Amino acid sequence: MNELLNLLKQNALESPENLAKMLGLSVDEVKNQIADYEKTGIIRAYQAVVDEDKLDSSLVTTVIEVKVTPESEGGFDRIAGRISRFPEVDAVYLMSGAFDLLLFIKARTMHEAFSFVSEKLATMKGVTSTATHFMMKTYKQNGILMRTGEDNERLKVSP
Amino acid sequence: MNDSKSLRSRIAKTVRDIPRSGIRDFFEIVSAREDVISLGIGEPDFVTPWHIREAASLALDRGVTSYTSNMGLLSLRRGISKYVANKTGITYRPEDEVLVTVGVSEGLDLAIRALIEPGDEVLYHEPSYVSYNPIVAFAHGKAVAIATKKENGFRLTRAELEAQVSPKTKVLLLNYPNNPTGAILTQKDVEEIATFAIEHDLIVLTDEIYDELTYDREHFSLISVPGMRERTIYLHGFSKAWAMTGFRMGFTCAPPELTEAMMKIHQYTMLCAPILSQEASIEALKHADKDIAYMKAEYKKRRNFIHSSFEAMGIPCIRPEGAFYAFADVSKFGMTAKEFALKLLDDENVACVPGTAFGACGEGFIRCSYATSFDHIKEAMVRIARFIEKL
Repeated sequence: MNELLNLLKQNALESPENLAKMLGLSVDEVKNQIADYEKTGIIRAYQAVVDEDKLDSSLVTTVIEVKVTPESEGGFDRIAGRISRFPEVDAVYLMSGAFDLLLFIKARTMHEAFSFVSEKLATMKGVTSTATHFMMKTYKQNGILMRTGEDNERLKVSP
Repeated sequence: MNDSKSLRSRIAKTVRDIPRSGIRDFFEIVSAREDVISLGIGEPDFVTPWHIREAASLALDRGVTSYTSNMGLLSLRRGISKYVANKTGITYRPEDEVLVTVGVSEGLDLAIRALIEPGDEVLYHEPSYVSYNPIVAFAHGKAVAIATKKENGFRLTRAELEAQVSPKTKVLLLNYPNNPTGAILTQKDVEEIATFAIEHDLIVLTDEIYDELTYDREHFSLISVPGMRERTIYLHGFSKAWAMTGFRMGFTCAPPELTEAMMKIHQYTMLCAPILSQEASIEALKHADKDIAYMKAEYKKRRNFIHSSFEAMGIPCIRPEGAFYAFADVSKFGMTAKEFALKLLDDENVACVPGTAFGACGEGFIRCSYATSFDHIKEAMVRIARFIEKL
């Protein structure tokens, strides 16, 4: 059934009819399986992959490495959970290595991103240090090439 | 003397008499149009896997720009020998039984020229790849086509062979998995054909370039049948499964006497296959299993889709089990294959190849390649459904 998930990851809008044809399943089988994935939370959401660079008012994406003091109860989970709740925060990952949490922040301006770091994040209890990086250009996101891909100039008809 | 008629008369009769490929004609019509969705393409839509391209590029950086041995780089021939042994259980000596060629096309030409004398007959099955008949004619042989039937799933049968064999038959030429029908043979089919070849003492050329691309069961090679290695030239190449068409890499595996004969022609006409392509192929044999599996899985989904779509439209089409073509039967619309293809192109801007490009018995069929993106296939199927509604 991973095949179905792979197809949905490529195009979540693909019709159950077409998915069924590709996988050699019945339409009902496909619909039931998708419903099951949704119910069990394997599929969390369906989103559009947007090329932010193409928008006039493109958002600034900031990547922040955060060091935190883990708490005696719950380790990193509680503080990671608190950080995740800020609407500016797009993604939060627990990392191995030189820092603990990796955050992706979306803001309208660099100033707004800076305000988030200095006023909300760095002042939070348990956060010991932050290192902020601004993302400059997206080449690939969610497995999709954002810049021009490879041109494959094939003949229109060949033997 | 300089007018074109006089020049034409000086062209060798054999060449003059052979019509150019029906694919070529169709290509020119299609090329003149904009925004065509093409199901007419006989090559993978994938770009050659990156690490294979990188191997070619690294070789260029290292200044690897020389000729190679006529037979091809020994390390490549060793890799080919191992690959074929893994696939078929049959081992060929890299030193004198493996020849690296410029595509299977060259391999086939070498094999035919090495074997055929004027008047010798070559049995082959149609619908077939466009080169088979002309290559035999260029060698002054006689190509004898056997029309395979839709009812048999385009699988060649012993009875059909027996009906066409003659004392002049010297060679049997096979191509399964088949372009353009997508048919593959069962082990039993292959064994029966092998028995036929042995009984009639024929040399067999087997073009198995699509052997990696079968979707429901493994391909069974003719050379795996006892008694066939001694009388077979096995033809294969990197174009399809490795998506390396532009590298033009093929190879032949055959007993030393046959390999030596082909090598002589190759040596005087081609010298050797391009070294950068050979370097890329060494990498392809070592590390591309995952790439092949990925591309095959993609083709399989598209195969399922295109086949179900034709069925849903009421267009009969055998379930293609190999290669990347669906051969759909459009005879019920009361047009020739060419008329159907041209009208489909005119009305809906979808290009497919009329079955007659692959032999007279392809009349009534169109070949639709599914080596194209799923989005294109999906749109093409919508357009074809709309097209036939109006017929």
